[in-house]
Amino acid sequence: MSDNVHTTMACVVGVDLGSTTSKAVILDLDGRVLGRGVTNSRSSYDRAVDVARTEAFIAARFGILSREVEKAAGEEALARLLQAFRLEQHLQQLTQLRATVDAEIERHLDAERRAQLRNAVAWIVEKMREEELTHFETALEEERSSFFRDAANSGWTRLAEEVALARGLAFDVLLGLFDKCIIQVENAPIELGFVEHIDSALARMGRPEALTRGVRAAVTTEFDVRTTVGTGYGRARLPFPKEQIRSEILCHGLGAHAMFPGTRTVLDIGGQDTKAIQVDDHGVVTSFQMNDRCAAGCGRYLGYIADEMNLGLHELGPLAEKSSRPVKINSTCTVFAGAELRERLSLGDSREDILAGLHRAIMLRAMSLLARSGGIADEFTFTGGVAHNRAAVKALRGLVVESYGERKLNVSPSSIYTGALGAALFGQRLVTA
Amino acid sequence: MSQAEKDRSMQLQKDMIGAHFKRLERAPESGEKVVYTFVPGNLTELILSFGALPVLPEVNALQSGLRGKSREYIAEAEKAGHSEDVCTYVKCDIGMMKKGNISPTGTRLPRPDLLLLSYTGCYTFMKWFELLREEYDCPTVFLHVPYQGEGKVTPEHRDYMVRQLRDKVIPALEQVTGRAYDEDKLRELLGKSRTAEDDLVATLHAAKHKPSPIDSLFGAVYYVGPIFSSFRGTQDAVDFYAALRAEVEERVRLGQGPVTPEGQLDEQKYRLVVEGTPNWTSFRDFWKMFYDEGAVVVASTYSKVGGLYDLGFRHDPSDPLGTLADYCAGCYTNLSLPSRVQLLVDYIRDYDANGFVINSVKSCNSFSAGQLMILREVEKRTGVPGAFIESDLVDPRYFSAANIKNRLESYFQMIDARAPVSGRVGVAA
Repeated sequence: MSDNVHTTMACVVGVDLGSTTSKAVILDLDGRVLGRGVTNSRSSYDRAVDVARTEAFIAARFGILSREVEKAAGEEALARLLQAFRLEQHLQQLTQLRATVDAEIERHLDAERRAQLRNAVAWIVEKMREEELTHFETALEEERSSFFRDAANSGWTRLAEEVALARGLAFDVLLGLFDKCIIQVENAPIELGFVEHIDSALARMGRPEALTRGVRAAVTTEFDVRTTVGTGYGRARLPFPKEQIRSEILCHGLGAHAMFPGTRTVLDIGGQDTKAIQVDDHGVVTSFQMNDRCAAGCGRYLGYIADEMNLGLHELGPLAEKSSRPVKINSTCTVFAGAELRERLSLGDSREDILAGLHRAIMLRAMSLLARSGGIADEFTFTGGVAHNRAAVKALRGLVVESYGERKLNVSPSSIYTGALGAALFGQRLVTA
Repeated sequence: MSQAEKDRSMQLQKDMIGAHFKRLERAPESGEKVVYTFVPGNLTELILSFGALPVLPEVNALQSGLRGKSREYIAEAEKAGHSEDVCTYVKCDIGMMKKGNISPTGTRLPRPDLLLLSYTGCYTFMKWFELLREEYDCPTVFLHVPYQGEGKVTPEHRDYMVRQLRDKVIPALEQVTGRAYDEDKLRELLGKSRTAEDDLVATLHAAKHKPSPIDSLFGAVYYVGPIFSSFRGTQDAVDFYAALRAEVEERVRLGQGPVTPEGQLDEQKYRLVVEGTPNWTSFRDFWKMFYDEGAVVVASTYSKVGGLYDLGFRHDPSDPLGTLADYCAGCYTNLSLPSRVQLLVDYIRDYDANGFVINSVKSCNSFSAGQLMILREVEKRTGVPGAFIESDLVDPRYFSAANIKNRLESYFQMIDARAPVSGRVGVAA
């Protein structure tokens, strides 16, 4: 590929280091989105930013690829290539996981147990590999978390239980190994980028001619990052000068304005805080309120409830939507809500109805912040991770109509990127000013 | 400005406070009588005219907060049955008492011979003294100060207060101290108050300069200390305020900003008006969140809780009881919401502020109620954006540093975004 003419794309990057997820958005200098990336936040914020950025650049390169070959190769082939790419990334991390677990066994366990455990781990990881390959071959469209940690966790837990039973091993030791090592794997500087894995992905598909040309273009494009602006809870950790660090309140305001220019009120519900923001017709924040002292009613509340009910976070919304008679949940304290939940279950209320009540409880808290920030104007935009939850949106819509009447409620499919988008837009201003 | 001069006022204050607490500790032996009273509407000159010594429980509470003692005192009060939501000044004071009444300077505080309550807008004060009366079994005297609901002190209000002073408060002091009311002595003290008040006002008004030579919240809490507590009317206070004024005027002449724990703040990007108390338990951290961003407080309401002298009031020796009545009724804590709004609006205009911050205290219902309304109204009238943060007086559990810092940073960035050319501040006048 070295004989190719390199294309250079000037761009800016916005990163949003949230408590639960870290996001990155890449814009060209005209403010067009080139790519978005997200990963789960972890003990190393630096690594989380790296991964989110890498993911955003992967998306940007897939964007180039798609523009190059969409007509020749078709959408389906492109989607397949992306799946193959994800598979390669996943396998790479599985290899890393196995190596880390082996090293851990070597370091901390007595000789007798070592061999047994190493064999068991080899079996688990091999099974996980096979499952991933089958998953790819059958091209199953199942709903699962796109984060390696979550996918690996569910596979490992299931297989560890199986192997522990069959061979008389301690299940908790196997689980403990995973818990310890997944943190190291997440924080290890593993290369997960486009350039590193696209070739094997292409090979896996038999190198179709229609895709190859586009892949070359995508690989040889160079991104000239003019500036990076950071926001979110971890922003203070970023090694940036002051003008490249922006408050997430300003970023959410500007990001929401960019997506929906008519926006005057923004509600952002993230992992540990809720923000009610008023913006003017340029997306400049004029007033805001945040939850204080207590993070009840934020994204983590749903995470806790999901754990209590032994459900995945993404399953809560769809279940709640099936409710016909939502129960009234009074407590906004996360822990008390958990208690109320168990009591309701024992009283015979359905999970669907309880969940609908819990979603409403979250939104009641948000409504109070909104009122304190100056109310809900038309248009109203809901951002942050919780905006992906349809039951949350439904509960919010109901309460808005009750208290303020009809309002245009905007929810973008990329709402989780709103803060990173705003940060990138501040970056664009810095370099084009 | 010479270091010696800067040190002079600080040293004077330290000596004054040290001597006062020593005198309090010796009171049981010396026979000097001790009167507990509160800052807003305090009748210090009257108390001193009887040769009695004032103790200000809420000043002790905030000092305990500053010195990292309040957590244990609050825990002690909670053990005694006071709920989590009770005013934390009260709990800190009760806890201190239960732990042996050791003052913030380390000396032992004497029991009160009299609890003198001038009721000025805070209902909790009344309950607080009820608790202390229960504990100490001592006489209590109550001066009822009518609330300025109409935004002014009427002649009837004034007469009502003068009558109470004459018929209730003075006899109570006479009985406790065994001395007769000495109006000449009172006049003399009030004359000294007036002199000190003039110098305090000149100090606070200096913040109108650019750069401001003082921080009117974080610095001013030290400036108002003597005059809001036991020293108004004394020669010590006169000397202190003369020295302070000279120091601040010198800073103005040299174009210097205030001294923060990390040096002089000359780059003043934000000139702020602040409503509400500072947080005492994280006082340094809280201040840092302002000066790190180049924010200086040019006017605050907290530095007026012991008297709104900057609006023109001075103690008047020619009408001793009338002037005490005027003082009590005119306290910041006795103002109605519209008056508080007007005060903030005036401060923003007079001090050319480009921002204002409300620090709301959750355990203080009297003053937190209505603060959001104040925020909206002041924004509407001035066009200057406001910030709203929440913390507590002396309960360290209620200071969420990350959250407050996040709000303040967002707020400062919001001011920048709204007024891209913020060159109107920070220029020497």
